[in-house]
Amino acid sequence: MTASHDTFSDKMADAAIRATPEPLAARVRGLSDRAIAWLFIAPTIVLLLAINIFPLFWAIYLSFTNFRANRPNAVVQNVGLGNYSRILNDPDIWASMQTTAHFVFWTIVLQTLIGFTLAYLIDRKFRGHAFWTTLILIPMMLSPAVVGNFWRFLYEPQIGLFAYAVSFVSGIPTSDIQMLGNVHLAPWAIIIVDTWMWTPYVMLICLAGLRSIPDYIYEAAEVDRASPWRQFWSITVPMALPFIMLAVLFRGIENFKMFDMVNLLTGGGPGSTTEVASIALKRDAFEAWATGRSSAFAIVLFVAVFGLANIYVKALNKVKQR
Amino acid sequence: MTDHTLIPGKSRRPFFLRRGPMEMLAVALIALGFLMLFQPFALVLYTYSFITLLAGTLMFTIVSKFPE
Repeated sequence: MTASHDTFSDKMADAAIRATPEPLAARVRGLSDRAIAWLFIAPTIVLLLAINIFPLFWAIYLSFTNFRANRPNAVVQNVGLGNYSRILNDPDIWASMQTTAHFVFWTIVLQTLIGFTLAYLIDRKFRGHAFWTTLILIPMMLSPAVVGNFWRFLYEPQIGLFAYAVSFVSGIPTSDIQMLGNVHLAPWAIIIVDTWMWTPYVMLICLAGLRSIPDYIYEAAEVDRASPWRQFWSITVPMALPFIMLAVLFRGIENFKMFDMVNLLTGGGPGSTTEVASIALKRDAFEAWATGRSSAFAIVLFVAVFGLANIYVKALNKVKQR
Repeated sequence: MTDHTLIPGKSRRPFFLRRGPMEMLAVALIALGFLMLFQPFALVLYTYSFITLLAGTLMFTIVSKFPE
Protein backbone atom coordinates (compact mmCIF):
# COMPACT_ATOMS: atom_id res chain seq x y z
CA MET A 1 0.00 0.00 0.00
CA THR A 2 2.80 2.37 1.01
CA ALA A 3 4.91 1.40 -1.98
CA SER A 4 2.05 2.03 -4.42
CA HIS A 5 1.31 5.31 -2.62
CA ASP A 6 4.97 6.34 -3.00
CA THR A 7 4.91 5.42 -6.68
CA PHE A 8 1.77 7.52 -7.13
CA SER A 9 3.37 10.49 -5.31
CA ASP A 10 6.51 10.17 -7.44
CA LYS A 11 4.41 10.11 -10.62
CA MET A 12 2.53 13.20 -9.49
CA ALA A 13 5.78 15.00 -8.62
CA ASP A 14 7.23 14.08 -12.04
CA ALA A 15 4.09 15.38 -13.75
CA ALA A 16 4.29 18.64 -11.76
CA ILE A 17 7.97 19.06 -12.67
CA ARG A 18 7.26 18.49 -16.37
CA ALA A 19 4.29 20.89 -16.30
CA THR A 20 6.29 23.73 -14.69
CA PRO A 21 7.56 26.19 -17.33
CA GLU A 22 11.38 26.14 -17.54
CA PRO A 23 11.98 29.82 -16.51
CA LEU A 24 9.79 29.38 -13.38
CA ALA A 25 11.39 26.02 -12.59
CA ALA A 26 14.84 27.62 -12.79
CA ARG A 27 13.77 30.34 -10.38
CA VAL A 28 12.16 27.90 -7.90
CA ARG A 29 15.27 25.66 -7.99
CA GLY A 30 17.24 28.58 -6.61
CA LEU A 31 14.94 28.98 -3.56
CA SER A 32 15.51 27.37 -0.19
CA ASP A 33 12.91 25.02 1.37
CA ARG A 34 12.00 27.77 3.83
CA ALA A 35 11.42 30.28 1.05
CA ILE A 36 9.23 27.80 -0.84
CA ALA A 37 7.24 27.14 2.34
CA TRP A 38 6.70 30.89 2.74
CA LEU A 39 5.68 31.10 -0.89
CA PHE A 40 2.94 28.52 -0.30
CA ILE A 41 1.52 30.12 2.84
CA ALA A 42 1.83 33.70 1.59
CA PRO A 43 -1.65 33.80 -0.08
CA THR A 44 -3.30 32.65 3.16
CA ILE A 45 -1.37 35.21 5.22
CA VAL A 46 -2.25 38.01 2.78
CA LEU A 47 -5.93 37.00 2.90
CA LEU A 48 -5.84 36.85 6.72
CA LEU A 49 -4.23 40.27 6.92
CA ALA A 50 -6.74 41.72 4.47
CA ILE A 51 -9.95 40.38 6.02
CA ASN A 52 -9.04 40.07 9.72
CA ILE A 53 -6.08 42.15 10.82
CA PHE A 54 -6.56 45.22 8.62
CA PRO A 55 -10.24 45.79 9.63
CA LEU A 56 -9.25 45.44 13.29
CA PHE A 57 -6.56 48.13 13.05
CA TRP A 58 -8.85 50.27 10.88
CA ALA A 59 -11.58 50.04 13.54
CA ILE A 60 -9.03 51.02 16.22
CA TYR A 61 -8.09 54.06 14.11
CA LEU A 62 -11.74 55.01 13.48
CA SER A 63 -12.54 54.72 17.20
CA PHE A 64 -10.43 57.85 17.80
CA THR A 65 -12.19 59.88 15.07
CA ASN A 66 -15.61 61.40 14.36
CA PHE A 67 -15.91 59.52 11.04
CA ARG A 68 -19.46 58.91 9.79
CA ALA A 69 -19.93 56.28 7.08
CA ASN A 70 -22.89 58.17 5.59
CA ARG A 71 -20.71 61.27 5.08
CA PRO A 72 -17.58 59.87 3.45
CA ASN A 73 -16.48 63.25 2.09
CA ALA A 74 -16.71 65.11 5.41
CA VAL A 75 -13.47 66.08 7.16
CA VAL A 76 -12.44 63.41 9.64
CA GLN A 77 -11.28 64.86 12.94
CA ASN A 78 -9.38 63.21 15.74
CA VAL A 79 -11.50 63.19 18.91
CA GLY A 80 -8.98 61.42 21.13
CA LEU A 81 -10.65 59.30 23.79
CA GLY A 82 -13.99 61.12 23.34
CA ASN A 83 -15.79 58.14 21.78
CA TYR A 84 -14.59 55.80 24.55
CA SER A 85 -15.67 58.32 27.17
CA ARG A 86 -19.18 58.54 25.67
CA ILE A 87 -19.52 54.76 25.38
CA LEU A 88 -18.36 54.19 28.95
CA ASN A 89 -20.65 56.84 30.44
CA ASP A 90 -23.80 56.00 28.49
CA PRO A 91 -26.49 54.38 30.72
CA ASP A 92 -28.23 52.86 27.66
CA ILE A 93 -25.10 51.04 26.54
CA TRP A 94 -24.50 49.97 30.14
CA ALA A 95 -28.04 48.50 30.15
CA SER A 96 -27.29 46.65 26.88
CA MET A 97 -24.20 45.13 28.54
CA GLN A 98 -26.37 43.83 31.38
CA THR A 99 -28.85 42.37 28.89
CA THR A 100 -25.95 40.65 27.13
CA ALA A 101 -24.62 39.28 30.45
CA HIS A 102 -28.08 37.92 31.35
CA PHE A 103 -28.44 36.28 27.95
CA VAL A 104 -24.92 34.79 27.92
CA PHE A 105 -25.12 33.49 31.50
CA TRP A 106 -28.45 31.68 31.16
CA THR A 107 -27.81 30.27 27.68
CA ILE A 108 -24.47 28.83 28.82
CA VAL A 109 -25.92 27.36 32.02
CA LEU A 110 -28.88 25.76 30.23
CA GLN A 111 -26.92 24.56 27.20
CA THR A 112 -24.17 23.02 29.33
CA LEU A 113 -26.57 21.24 31.70
CA ILE A 114 -28.92 19.94 29.00
CA GLY A 115 -26.09 19.24 26.51
CA PHE A 116 -24.07 17.22 29.01
CA THR A 117 -27.15 15.30 30.18
CA LEU A 118 -28.08 14.43 26.58
CA ALA A 119 -24.49 13.37 25.82
CA TYR A 120 -24.45 11.18 28.94
CA LEU A 121 -27.69 9.49 27.89
CA ILE A 122 -26.64 9.06 24.24
CA ASP A 123 -23.32 7.58 25.41
CA ARG A 124 -25.24 4.68 27.03
CA LYS A 125 -25.45 3.22 23.49
CA PHE A 126 -29.08 2.07 23.73
CA ARG A 127 -31.04 0.69 20.79
CA GLY A 128 -31.47 3.41 18.12
CA HIS A 129 -29.02 5.84 19.72
CA ALA A 130 -27.59 6.80 16.29
CA PHE A 131 -31.06 7.79 15.09
CA TRP A 132 -31.68 9.92 18.19
CA THR A 133 -28.24 11.57 17.87
CA THR A 134 -29.06 12.61 14.29
CA LEU A 135 -32.50 13.87 15.32
CA ILE A 136 -31.08 15.94 18.20
CA LEU A 137 -28.45 17.47 15.91
CA ILE A 138 -30.97 18.85 13.40
CA PRO A 139 -31.55 22.29 15.06
CA MET A 140 -27.83 23.00 14.95
CA MET A 141 -27.75 22.45 11.17
CA LEU A 142 -30.47 25.02 10.46
CA SER A 143 -29.78 28.59 9.49
CA PRO A 144 -30.35 31.14 12.30
CA ALA A 145 -32.57 33.10 9.89
CA VAL A 146 -34.83 30.07 9.42
CA VAL A 147 -34.86 29.31 13.15
CA GLY A 148 -35.67 32.93 14.02
CA ASN A 149 -38.55 33.06 11.56
CA PHE A 150 -40.20 29.80 12.48
CA TRP A 151 -39.87 30.46 16.24
CA ARG A 152 -41.65 33.76 15.64
CA PHE A 153 -44.56 31.74 14.28
CA LEU A 154 -44.33 29.28 17.17
CA TYR A 155 -44.47 32.16 19.65
CA GLU A 156 -47.53 33.77 17.98
CA PRO A 157 -50.16 34.16 20.72
CA GLN A 158 -53.12 33.29 18.47
CA ILE A 159 -51.83 30.63 16.10
CA GLY A 160 -48.47 29.58 17.64
CA LEU A 161 -47.88 26.02 18.77
CA PHE A 162 -45.78 27.18 21.76
CA ALA A 163 -48.58 29.35 23.15
CA TYR A 164 -51.04 26.51 22.55
CA ALA A 165 -48.82 23.99 24.39
CA VAL A 166 -48.28 26.31 27.37
CA SER A 167 -51.99 27.09 27.46
CA PHE A 168 -52.83 23.36 27.32
CA VAL A 169 -50.55 22.63 30.31
CA SER A 170 -51.16 25.74 32.43
CA GLY A 171 -54.71 26.73 31.52
CA ILE A 172 -53.65 30.34 30.76
CA PRO A 173 -55.49 31.70 27.67
CA THR A 174 -53.25 31.71 24.56
CA SER A 175 -53.84 35.45 24.04
CA ASP A 176 -52.09 36.11 27.39
CA ILE A 177 -48.93 34.21 26.37
CA GLN A 178 -47.09 37.05 24.62
CA MET A 179 -43.58 35.61 24.58
CA LEU A 180 -42.13 38.29 22.30
CA GLY A 181 -44.31 41.21 23.38
CA ASN A 182 -43.95 40.93 27.15
CA VAL A 183 -40.98 42.75 28.72
CA HIS A 184 -40.43 39.95 31.26
CA LEU A 185 -40.85 37.03 28.83
CA ALA A 186 -39.03 38.37 25.74
CA PRO A 187 -35.46 37.82 27.09
CA TRP A 188 -36.45 34.27 28.04
CA ALA A 189 -38.00 33.68 24.62
CA ILE A 190 -34.59 34.35 23.04
CA ILE A 191 -32.81 32.21 25.64
CA ILE A 192 -35.18 29.31 24.86
CA VAL A 193 -34.55 29.56 21.10
CA ASP A 194 -30.77 29.80 21.48
CA THR A 195 -30.78 26.87 23.90
CA TRP A 196 -32.94 24.83 21.51
CA MET A 197 -30.62 25.57 18.61
CA TRP A 198 -27.19 25.24 20.22
CA THR A 199 -27.59 22.56 22.91
CA PRO A 200 -26.86 19.86 20.27
CA TYR A 201 -23.49 21.52 19.62
CA VAL A 202 -22.59 21.34 23.33
CA MET A 203 -23.89 17.78 23.39
CA LEU A 204 -21.63 16.82 20.48
CA ILE A 205 -18.50 18.18 22.19
CA CYS A 206 -19.44 16.54 25.52
CA LEU A 207 -20.10 13.26 23.69
CA ALA A 208 -16.59 13.40 22.21
CA GLY A 209 -15.28 13.89 25.76
CA LEU A 210 -17.29 11.00 27.18
CA ARG A 211 -16.26 8.67 24.32
CA SER A 212 -12.58 9.49 24.97
CA ILE A 213 -12.72 7.99 28.50
CA PRO A 214 -11.23 4.47 28.32
CA ASP A 215 -13.49 1.63 29.54
CA TYR A 216 -10.73 0.12 31.69
CA ILE A 217 -10.97 3.05 34.11
CA TYR A 218 -14.60 2.21 34.82
CA GLU A 219 -13.71 -1.50 35.05
CA ALA A 220 -11.00 -0.70 37.61
CA ALA A 221 -13.50 1.44 39.56
CA GLU A 222 -16.00 -1.42 39.54
CA VAL A 223 -13.34 -3.79 40.85
CA ASP A 224 -12.81 -1.27 43.66
CA ARG A 225 -16.60 -1.37 44.22
CA ALA A 226 -17.10 2.32 43.43
CA SER A 227 -20.80 3.21 43.12
CA PRO A 228 -22.12 4.62 39.80
CA TRP A 229 -22.54 7.98 41.57
CA ARG A 230 -18.88 7.94 42.68
CA GLN A 231 -17.76 6.87 39.19
CA PHE A 232 -19.68 9.77 37.70
CA TRP A 233 -18.13 12.42 39.97
CA SER A 234 -14.61 10.92 40.17
CA ILE A 235 -14.12 9.68 36.58
CA THR A 236 -16.73 10.97 34.13
CA VAL A 237 -16.90 14.64 35.16
CA PRO A 238 -13.14 15.28 35.67
CA MET A 239 -12.19 13.53 32.42
CA ALA A 240 -14.87 15.25 30.37
CA LEU A 241 -14.19 18.66 31.98
CA PRO A 242 -11.73 19.97 29.31
CA PHE A 243 -14.35 19.25 26.64
CA ILE A 244 -17.13 20.90 28.66
CA MET A 245 -14.90 23.95 29.17
CA LEU A 246 -14.16 24.09 25.46
CA ALA A 247 -17.88 24.01 24.67
CA VAL A 248 -18.51 26.80 27.21
CA LEU A 249 -15.70 28.88 25.65
CA PHE A 250 -17.07 28.48 22.13
CA ARG A 251 -20.65 29.20 23.13
CA GLY A 252 -19.62 32.09 25.39
CA ILE A 253 -17.74 33.85 22.60
CA GLU A 254 -20.55 33.18 20.10
CA ASN A 255 -23.25 34.44 22.44
CA PHE A 256 -21.40 37.66 23.20
CA LYS A 257 -21.66 38.36 19.47
CA MET A 258 -25.27 37.14 19.15
CA PHE A 259 -27.09 39.30 16.64
CA ASP A 260 -29.10 37.42 14.01
CA MET A 261 -31.50 35.57 16.29
CA VAL A 262 -32.25 38.60 18.50
CA ASN A 263 -32.70 40.81 15.44
CA LEU A 264 -35.17 38.38 13.86
CA LEU A 265 -37.13 37.56 17.00
CA THR A 266 -37.51 40.90 18.77
CA GLY A 267 -35.21 43.42 17.07
CA GLY A 268 -34.15 44.50 20.57
CA GLY A 269 -37.68 45.13 21.85
CA PRO A 270 -40.13 45.45 23.47
CA GLY A 271 -38.62 48.81 24.42
CA SER A 272 -34.99 47.91 24.82
CA THR A 273 -35.43 44.85 27.04
CA THR A 274 -33.67 42.51 24.60
CA GLU A 275 -31.24 45.03 23.20
CA VAL A 276 -28.00 43.07 23.54
CA ALA A 277 -24.66 44.78 22.88
CA SER A 278 -24.51 43.74 19.21
CA ILE A 279 -27.98 45.21 18.52
CA ALA A 280 -27.02 48.47 20.29
CA LEU A 281 -23.82 48.50 18.24
CA LYS A 282 -25.72 48.01 14.97
CA ARG A 283 -28.10 50.85 15.89
CA ASP A 284 -25.19 53.14 16.67
CA ALA A 285 -23.35 52.19 13.46
CA PHE A 286 -26.16 51.94 10.90
CA GLU A 287 -29.07 53.97 12.32
CA ALA A 288 -27.25 56.82 14.09
CA TRP A 289 -24.35 56.49 11.61
CA ALA A 290 -21.84 57.24 14.39
CA THR A 291 -19.15 55.04 12.87
CA GLY A 292 -16.32 56.34 15.07
CA ARG A 293 -18.30 55.84 18.28
CA SER A 294 -19.55 52.41 17.24
CA SER A 295 -15.95 51.41 16.42
CA ALA A 296 -15.01 52.35 20.00
CA PHE A 297 -17.93 50.23 21.24
CA ALA A 298 -16.74 47.30 19.10
CA ILE A 299 -13.21 47.61 20.51
CA VAL A 300 -14.58 47.56 24.09
CA LEU A 301 -16.45 44.33 23.30
CA PHE A 302 -13.42 42.86 21.56
CA VAL A 303 -11.14 43.52 24.55
CA ALA A 304 -13.73 41.98 26.90
CA VAL A 305 -14.04 38.78 24.87
CA PHE A 306 -10.28 38.60 24.18
CA GLY A 307 -9.45 39.03 27.89
CA LEU A 308 -11.96 36.40 28.93
CA ALA A 309 -10.72 33.98 26.28
CA ASN A 310 -7.16 34.42 27.62
CA ILE A 311 -8.21 33.46 31.14
CA TYR A 312 -10.26 30.62 29.83
CA VAL A 313 -7.47 29.12 27.70
CA LYS A 314 -5.15 29.31 30.72
CA ALA A 315 -7.72 27.48 32.86
CA LEU A 316 -8.26 24.91 30.11
CA ASN A 317 -4.52 24.19 29.88
CA LYS A 318 -4.39 23.74 33.66
CA VAL A 319 -7.27 21.26 33.59
CA LYS A 320 -5.66 19.32 30.71
CA GLN A 321 -2.34 19.09 32.58
CA ARG A 322 -3.98 17.47 35.62
CA MET B 1 31.05 32.51 47.21
CA THR B 2 27.86 32.64 49.19
CA ASP B 3 26.49 35.29 46.81
CA HIS B 4 26.62 32.88 43.88
CA THR B 5 24.91 29.97 45.64
CA LEU B 6 21.37 29.36 44.36
CA ILE B 7 18.82 28.77 47.07
CA PRO B 8 16.41 26.02 45.87
CA GLY B 9 12.85 27.29 45.24
CA LYS B 10 13.88 30.93 45.40
CA SER B 11 13.99 32.94 42.14
CA ARG B 12 16.52 35.74 41.74
CA ARG B 13 14.22 37.62 39.34
CA PRO B 14 12.39 40.66 40.71
CA PHE B 15 8.66 40.24 41.36
CA PHE B 16 7.53 42.13 38.26
CA LEU B 17 9.57 39.84 35.99
CA ARG B 18 8.28 36.58 37.43
CA ARG B 19 5.71 34.90 35.19
CA GLY B 20 3.58 33.11 37.82
CA PRO B 21 2.59 36.01 40.09
CA MET B 22 2.35 38.53 37.24
CA GLU B 23 0.10 36.20 35.27
CA MET B 24 -2.11 35.80 38.33
CA LEU B 25 -2.27 39.58 38.70
CA ALA B 26 -3.22 39.98 35.02
CA VAL B 27 -5.93 37.32 35.33
CA ALA B 28 -7.28 39.07 38.44
CA LEU B 29 -7.40 42.39 36.56
CA ILE B 30 -9.22 40.83 33.59
CA ALA B 31 -11.75 39.11 35.86
CA LEU B 32 -12.31 42.34 37.80
CA GLY B 33 -12.70 44.38 34.60
CA PHE B 34 -15.12 41.83 33.18
CA LEU B 35 -17.29 41.90 36.30
CA MET B 36 -17.20 45.71 36.33
CA LEU B 37 -18.31 45.82 32.67
CA PHE B 38 -21.37 43.64 33.17
CA GLN B 39 -22.44 44.48 36.74
CA PRO B 40 -25.78 46.27 37.22
CA PHE B 41 -24.93 48.22 40.41
CA ALA B 42 -22.80 51.32 39.73
CA LEU B 43 -22.17 53.30 36.53
CA VAL B 44 -18.77 54.42 37.84
CA LEU B 45 -17.59 50.78 37.95
CA TYR B 46 -18.76 50.38 34.35
CA THR B 47 -16.87 53.54 33.37
CA TYR B 48 -13.57 52.21 34.70
CA SER B 49 -14.13 48.63 33.52
CA PHE B 50 -12.55 49.06 30.10
CA ILE B 51 -9.27 50.48 31.35
CA THR B 52 -9.05 47.66 33.93
CA LEU B 53 -9.77 45.05 31.26
CA LEU B 54 -7.32 46.58 28.82
CA ALA B 55 -4.56 46.76 31.45
CA GLY B 56 -5.15 43.12 32.41
CA THR B 57 -5.26 41.90 28.82
CA LEU B 58 -2.12 43.75 27.74
CA MET B 59 -0.32 42.62 30.88
CA PHE B 60 -1.37 39.01 30.28
CA THR B 61 -0.19 39.15 26.67
CA ILE B 62 3.22 40.44 27.76
CA VAL B 63 3.86 38.38 30.91
CA SER B 64 2.75 35.10 29.31
CA LYS B 65 5.90 35.41 27.14
CA PHE B 66 8.17 35.45 30.22
CA PRO B 67 10.14 32.26 30.85
CA GLU B 68 8.77 29.95 33.58
